[in-house]
Formats: sequence, C-alpha cells, structure tokens
Amino acid sequence: MSFQWNDHNGTFHPDTALDFLPEEQLRALQLQRLQAIAARAYGKVELMRQRMDASSVKPEDIRTLDDVRLLPFTEKNDLRDTYPYGLFASPMSDVVRLHASSGTTGKPIVVGYTAEDMETWKNVIVRSLSAAGLHRGDILQNAYGYGLFTGGLGLHAGAEALGATVIPISGGNSERQIMVMRDFGVTAISCTPSYFIHLIEHGASMGIDLKELPLRVGIFGAEPWSEEMRCYIQREANIRAIDIYGLSEIIGPGVGCECQCQCGPHIFEDHFLFEILDPKTGAPVPDGEEGELVLSTLSKQAMPVLRYRTHDITRVMPDRCGCGRTIRRIARISRRSDDMLIIRGVNVFPSQIEAALLKVEKTLPHYQIILRREREMDEMEIRIEVTAEVFSDRVGEMERIEARLSGAVESTTGVRARISLVEPQTIQRSEGKAKRVLDLRKLDAPKS
Amino acid sequence: MKIHQLSIFIENRPGHLTAPCAVLADAGINILTLTLADTERFGILRLIVRPWEQAKEILEKCGCVVKVTEVVAIEVEDRPGGLRALLDIVEEAGVNIEYMYAFTVRSGTKAVMIFRFADMDKGIAALVAAGVNVLSSVVLYDRAETAG
Repeated sequence: MSFQWNDHNGTFHPDTALDFLPEEQLRALQLQRLQAIAARAYGKVELMRQRMDASSVKPEDIRTLDDVRLLPFTEKNDLRDTYPYGLFASPMSDVVRLHASSGTTGKPIVVGYTAEDMETWKNVIVRSLSAAGLHRGDILQNAYGYGLFTGGLGLHAGAEALGATVIPISGGNSERQIMVMRDFGVTAISCTPSYFIHLIEHGASMGIDLKELPLRVGIFGAEPWSEEMRCYIQREANIRAIDIYGLSEIIGPGVGCECQCQCGPHIFEDHFLFEILDPKTGAPVPDGEEGELVLSTLSKQAMPVLRYRTHDITRVMPDRCGCGRTIRRIARISRRSDDMLIIRGVNVFPSQIEAALLKVEKTLPHYQIILRREREMDEMEIRIEVTAEVFSDRVGEMERIEARLSGAVESTTGVRARISLVEPQTIQRSEGKAKRVLDLRKLDAPKS
Repeated sequence: MKIHQLSIFIENRPGHLTAPCAVLADAGINILTLTLADTERFGILRLIVRPWEQAKEILEKCGCVVKVTEVVAIEVEDRPGGLRALLDIVEEAGVNIEYMYAFTVRSGTKAVMIFRFADMDKGIAALVAAGVNVLSSVVLYDRAETAG
C-alpha cells in the first residue's frame, strides 16, 4: 500500500487503519453490522418494527448488502413525530448524551448517544481529522457552536483523542477569534466555510493577514459551499480547506471527511452504509450519477437509523482515491431535493418561518424569504406585506411588530432575520403561489 | 371635536409617496394637510382629506393599507411662546402627545395644529377647560376651503 500521510511528521493514528480495509473485508463487516442493526431496530424501536412488519420484512431477510433496499426509509418527520425519544433503542440509563437540531415545526429533533456511540463518534472524527492532515501537536481552534448543536462537542472529543490541542472557542466574537488564532499559534480551525471567510476579512480589518499565521488546515462543513469558495479560502489564508460532512440524525460531523486529495468526502463506510437513489422513485442510480444520499447507521446503539433520507443530492465517486483509502467518496453536496435551507449552518424550513409569522400575526401574511451572502455571511431578510390588522398609525407600534416578528423567527429557527414590512401586493405572486424563497447566495455548482 | 385622519403605510423608497397622492389627485380629492413619519425602512403618511370616507375607499382600492385615526385640530397663537403655552396645558393634564404637526391654513393671528394624544378625551378636556379653541371638523374644513 502506498499513500502519503500528512504533510508534517508522518504520525498516523491507528484508528485510521479502518479507512484502508480491503474491500471484501469492508463489505463483509458492513453486512454483518447491517444485519445486527436491523435486528436491533426491529427488536427495540416500535416504529421500525411496525414499518418492517407492514412491508413484511424481517431482519433475517437481509442476506446481502443490496437487501438494505428491503428496509423502510426513515424521514426527518419520523424523528419529529416520535419526539423526543421515540426512536431510541437504548434505555435512557444507557444514554449518556443528547443533542438536538431544529425540526420542521420549531420542535427540535433529539438524538441520543450511548457511551459506545460516543466512542464511534470519536473514532470517525479522529479519522476525519487524520485524513485532513491533523495530528498530535496541532492546535485546533474549534469555532463550531458548542451546545445542543452536534458540531462543537462532536469535533472536540475526536480532536482531543487525536492528540491535538483543542481550543473550545465556539462560534462568534470574530475579534477574539482572530486574537486567539494569532496569539495561541493555532494551526487548524474548524467552522462553517462562510464564517471562515468572514474571519479572513475581519482579520484584514484588524491589520492581521491570516496568510502570515501558522494556520495550515481548515475543517469546514455544516453548510453547502463551492469549489470557488475553497479556492478563495486557500488563496487568502494559505491553508488547506477540507470538506467535512455529517448530520445530527446520523451522528453529527464525521459521517464523512475529505482527505488531503480534496476530491470529495470519504464516507466512513464501516459505520455508515450509503445509497444514492433517485429521489422520486427511490431506485438506486448507476454509480457516478447524481441522486439523493440515503444513509443507514451500522453501529449506532442509542438511535439506529435505517435508510435515512438526507435529501442531499450527490453522487458516488467511482474511482479509487489517490490517498489509498478503500472507503468510497461522494461528491461535494451540490443541492437538496427538498425545500430545506441551510443558513449559517443551521437547517431552516420555510414552514418554520410560516409558523413563527403566524404566531405573531394570527393569519399568515404574504411573505418572502430572501437569502443573501453579505461579506460572506448568510443574511436572511423576510419581506412581509403589511395587513390592515397589524398596521398601526404609530411608528413605535410598527417597530414593535417588526421586533416581535423577528424575535419569533429567531426563537423558532435559531437564525436572526431582518424583517422588512412592505406595502400590500408588492410581493410577486406566480400562478397563485407566491415564490416564498429567493436564494441570492452565490454558490456555484461543484466541479467534478 | 375630533377630526378623522387617514394613515397609510408606505415603504421608505423613492417613488412610494407618489402613488397614494396620485390616486387622490385623480379623484379630485384635496389634501388639506399631511405629514410623514418615517424610519429607515418604512414611513407612515398621515393625511387630513375631505371627504375622508371616499378617500379611504379609493386608497384601499388601489391597494393601500389605510387606518383611520382620530386627531384634534387646535388653534395656536402664532407668536413666540404660543405653542409652549398649549403644551404646558397638555403637560399639566398629564397627557402624552403621540405626535403633532402643523396645518397649512391659519386664521388671523392663529395657526392650526393637529394633535394626537394617547388619551384623546382627556387631552381635549384639558384644552377646552383652559379656554383653547378646539376646532370641529366643520369649522376646520370650512376654513381650509376658504383659505384654499
């Protein structure tokens, strides 16, 4: 086996060996784990058992990896409908960690981890960071949000296990981010790519050129980004920009991560089985063609998730990566098959915004969500047509309505919005259905 | 004693003041006075028009959000200290002024101002008690028209 390790001291974390399993061995491990997880889901999760019974499938029917297609899909709604613990396969006494992400109606989606799951998560993060070229001795500024969001704490544990020095700075406070980056000798950073671009610009305004700092790697994820953004980051900060992929429903960050070849995230296939399906028919697409990424957890104990519809559109990269890893890669996520928006790394559905507006206005006003990228930060504006019911003759009262609307949107979605009250009949209607979302952010299609 | 004022929501962007004024002009409705309260993002155009019922209907037909608010028209001595004397009366009575603006007509040494109080009745009562001339809509319209 010939492959290059990281740029520096050549240390190699033993966990990474799993990335290089011979293919037959990997598929055999996947099958064995799939059979076990299907049995666990069937035995412990009522919804899974009902669904499998309804389609007359028993865990024993899984004889090959392709038999995964016999299993029912899991949708984000299933997590919402069983809120909070309905999909847990472990008793709460075995669950050591909960995280939550936003759901479609403002109720969060709750995910749980056993101690073993935490080890799995740590394992995939170690392998992610190792693939990205990090090792003991690196100083990682972890600027993903800490808290219910899986990004901060998920990455944290894995980075420590790798042997890196972790700075748990969390998101926000750009001035302090830049100061820490410079003063602490930071060599790697993890955050959303758009936030990092903001940091490049903020540094410049403080007279600090990130190119001059020891920073050499960025682990970027939690939102779609383009090859153009990567080029910009690499040029302006003189670092290697790595794409990490993950979602809370599956485990959080670390479902996949790019290696230093930077040609699409390797999926940690020993823990996550992926399929690329036609989003309409659910049938598999030929290798290399675009489709929806569907993921099954192979080792999650607390919350085994079978055939989760990510609604992320990608394709499998059919050829073996130059790094020598046998685990396969997917292309950078190009778009989604549903209406979910990712705003500053947060998942937002237009229906959540409707719910928030309804809370304030009682009847749903005509509105339009406009997304822009201003100084490389996502900005959400919601234009709302003023109705006779809410219109007041007093400026102060109108400003209070704006504040209430903006507060409701932020508390429901977790993202701040600029509310613009507009005159009636000024939001364009097309075929009776108003165009609810205007995404003006420039995200170019990925290059192959 | 109360006067009906029309308030219209407008976006604070070039050209947005024109539309409501144009439809009123086309309908031959005279604007007796107006004022604009604005923020960076939006404005509230307040109009005294006659007849206000017809104006409201026309504005709403052209898509405006219109609110009818009761205000009061008051004669103010047109000399230094004239407004101040009036404000003293209002302050004394503990009435909050939400907004006020001047009228385009005047009679002799008196100017006319429009007031909107948080508590309209209390404000009017205090002014009447102090001997201030609060104009009825009939008198106001009449004056405006003879002045015009």
